[in-house]
Amino acid sequence: MAGIPHDHYEPKSGIEKWVHTRLPIVGLMYDTLMIPTPKNLNWMWIWGIILTFCLALQIVTGIILVMHYTPHVDLAFASIEHIMRNVNGGHFIRYLHMNGASLFFIAVYLHIFRGLYYGSYKAPREITWIIGMLIYLLMMATGFLGYVLPWGQMSFWGATVITGLFGAIPFIGEPIQTWLLGGPAVDNATLNRFFSLHYLLPFVIAALVAVHIWAFHTTGNNNPTGVEVRRTSKAEAEKDTVPFWPYFVIKDVFALAVILVVFFAIVGFMPNYLGHPDNYIEANPLVTPAHIVPEWYYLPFYAILRAFTSEVWVVQFASFVTGGIVDAKFFGVLAMFGAIGVMAVVPWLDTSSVRSGKYRPMFKWWFWLLAIDFVALMWLGAMPAEEPYATFSLIAAAYWFAYFLVILPLLGVIEKPQTPPETIEADFNAKMAKKAAKAAGRKSQQPAE
Amino acid sequence: MMIKKLTLSAVAALAIGTSAALAAGDEGHIHDVDFSFEGPFGAFDQMQLQRGLQVYTEVCSACHGLQYVPIRTLADEGGPQLPEDQVRAYASQNFEVFDAALDDYRPAAETDNFPKNTAAGAPDLSMMAKARAGFHGPYGTGLSQLFNGMGGPEYITSLLTGYTGEEKTEAGVTLYENTAFPGGWISMAPPLDDDLVEFADGHSADLHHLAEDVSAFLMWTAEPKMMARKQAGLTGVLFLVLLSVLLYLTNKRIWAPIKKQAKLAAK
Repeated sequence: MAGIPHDHYEPKSGIEKWVHTRLPIVGLMYDTLMIPTPKNLNWMWIWGIILTFCLALQIVTGIILVMHYTPHVDLAFASIEHIMRNVNGGHFIRYLHMNGASLFFIAVYLHIFRGLYYGSYKAPREITWIIGMLIYLLMMATGFLGYVLPWGQMSFWGATVITGLFGAIPFIGEPIQTWLLGGPAVDNATLNRFFSLHYLLPFVIAALVAVHIWAFHTTGNNNPTGVEVRRTSKAEAEKDTVPFWPYFVIKDVFALAVILVVFFAIVGFMPNYLGHPDNYIEANPLVTPAHIVPEWYYLPFYAILRAFTSEVWVVQFASFVTGGIVDAKFFGVLAMFGAIGVMAVVPWLDTSSVRSGKYRPMFKWWFWLLAIDFVALMWLGAMPAEEPYATFSLIAAAYWFAYFLVILPLLGVIEKPQTPPETIEADFNAKMAKKAAKAAGRKSQQPAE
Repeated sequence: MMIKKLTLSAVAALAIGTSAALAAGDEGHIHDVDFSFEGPFGAFDQMQLQRGLQVYTEVCSACHGLQYVPIRTLADEGGPQLPEDQVRAYASQNFEVFDAALDDYRPAAETDNFPKNTAAGAPDLSMMAKARAGFHGPYGTGLSQLFNGMGGPEYITSLLTGYTGEEKTEAGVTLYENTAFPGGWISMAPPLDDDLVEFADGHSADLHHLAEDVSAFLMWTAEPKMMARKQAGLTGVLFLVLLSVLLYLTNKRIWAPIKKQAKLAAK
C-alpha cells in the first residue's frame, strides 16, 4: 500500500496474535490513529475533527429526538412542543440539534475554504475533494429535510419553494416534483418521506466520511506549504511528521473545547437567534409568510439562484438559443447547482504548478475576494428580491463563476509563484525559530530588574 | 491569521444575515422593554408571571387559547410556580375541556393542557413570544436580539400599547390602527386598558404594566424551560472553559519537545 512509511501494529501477546490473524481490526485502528501527520499543520486543520464531532452530535441528539417525534402533519408540530415541554432535557437536546446544524455548516465552510486556499484539492487529492463535495451536498439535503420536520410555517413553505426548483426542470420537472413530494403538494406523504430520508442520509454521510478519511490517509494530509512529506525512508518521513496521536488529537480536541464554549453559550443563551420566528407557527397551506427565507447556510446559493432573472442578458441568450427551454427559473436552478459543480471540479480548473496559496502572490487577492464574495452572497440571500440587491447579487454570482472558470485557469499561466520551502521540516524549523526570536525580542524589551 | 479572518467573517455574516433577514419587510414600530429575563443571567420574575397569568385568564383567554401549555406546568420551578392545590383549583374553575370518554365537557384538570380557542379566529398564544421578532435596535443593528433575545415579548407589549384610537370598517370588518402591527391595521379591538384587572398584590395595573406582565407570561408559555436552559448553558460554558485550559496546557506540554528540537535545529 502507498502511504507514508511508518511503524505498524505488531501483535505481542497470544490473544493479540489470535485476534490479529483473524481480524486485523486493532492494526487498522492503530494505523489510523498513528498516521504520520505533517508537523506544520496550522489551526485551519482542526475543522475535520470539529466536523466529525458535529456528525456524531447530530446523530446522537437526532436519535433521541426521533424517540419522541411524530411524523404526521397533524401531530408533528405538537410533538416538537411535547419534546420542548414534557421530555426530560428535551428542550436542550432539541436546541443542541437545531444549533448543531449551524455549527456543522460553519465548520464545513471553513474546512472548504481552507482547502481552496492551500490547494488541498490538487493532485493527488482530487478524490478526497470530490468525496468532500458529495458530503457537503448530502449535508445540505439533510439539513433541508430536517428543517421541514417541525412542520412550522418556514418548514412548509421552504419545502414548497425548494421542491419547486425541481419543477423548473424542462419536460421532466413536474413528474420529478410530484415524485419527491409524494403528491401534488407538500403534505403528509412529503413529511413522511422527508423524515425517512433525514434519518437515512446522516449514515450515508458517515460512510462517505470514512472514505474521505481513507483517501487522505492514502495521500497523506496536505499542509500549509503544500510540500509533500518525504517518503523515501521512514527516517526522512519522521523528520516531516509526528503521529496523529497524541499530537494532533490533543490539539484538535483543545480547539473543539474552545469552539464548544461558544456553541454552548449560543445553545444556552440564544438558541433561537439563528432560526426564524415563523417556524414557531404551525404550517398552514393557506397562509404564505411575508418572506420565505432559507436557513443562513443556504443563503449564498439562494442568492445565486435568484440572481439570474429574465432581465439578465445571459439568461435571455440561453433562452433564445434553446428555444425557450431554458427559462429564467431553470437557469437559476442550473446556476445554483453549477456554483457547487464548478467548485467540485476545481482540481482540474486550477492550472498552477504550486499547490499552496501561500506562495501565490496574485492568487491570494482573488482568493480573499472569493471569501468576501461568499459572505456578500450570504447577506444578499437574506435581502428582498429588489434593487439594488438584485444587481449586487448578479455581480457577486458572476464573480463566483469567474473565479473558478476564468481566474484560476488563467492564474496558473500568468502568475509567477514564489518558491515553497524544500521540506516540511525546514518550514517547521523556520517557523519555530521565528517564534523563538519573537519571544526573545519581547523579553529583551522588558527592562532588566 | 487566516483562521481569525475566516472566523470573524463567518460571525459577521451570521450577524448580518439573520438580523437583516428579519428586519426586511413592512414592520410596525417595536419599542424596547427591559424584561427581567433578558440576557444570559436574566430570570423570570415569578410575581410578574403570576400577574401575567391573571391578565391572560381574565382578558386574553376569552378569544385566545394556549393549547400547547400543560396546566400543571404552572407549578413548575422557573415559572409562575403556583402551589399545586392552587393549580388544581385554577384549572377546574377557569376551563372546561371535552372528554371523549365521558362524551361531554368536564372541568379541566391540571393534567390537561390549556384549551385551544378558535371561537373568534384568534391565533393561539402558546408560542407567540417566539413566533414574533421585535426590536432590531439599537439603530437597526440587531445587537439587542443577540443579547436580549429575539424580541417577541417586546412585540407583544408594543402591540398591546400601540393602539392610536383610530378605527375603520373594511368589508364589514372593523380594523383598529396599531403602530406595532405589520400593515398598521389590526382586527383585534384594544384588549387592555388602565385598571382592567385588579392585582391581589396591589401592583400597578395601568395599561403598560398589564401589557408587560402578560408579555412576560407569554414568554414563559413559549419557553417554559428558559431558566433550566440558561443554567445548563452556564454549566456547560464553565465546564468547557476549564476543559479548554487543561487541554491548552496538555497540548503545550506535549508539543514542547518537538518544538524545542525544531528551534535547536534551526540554529
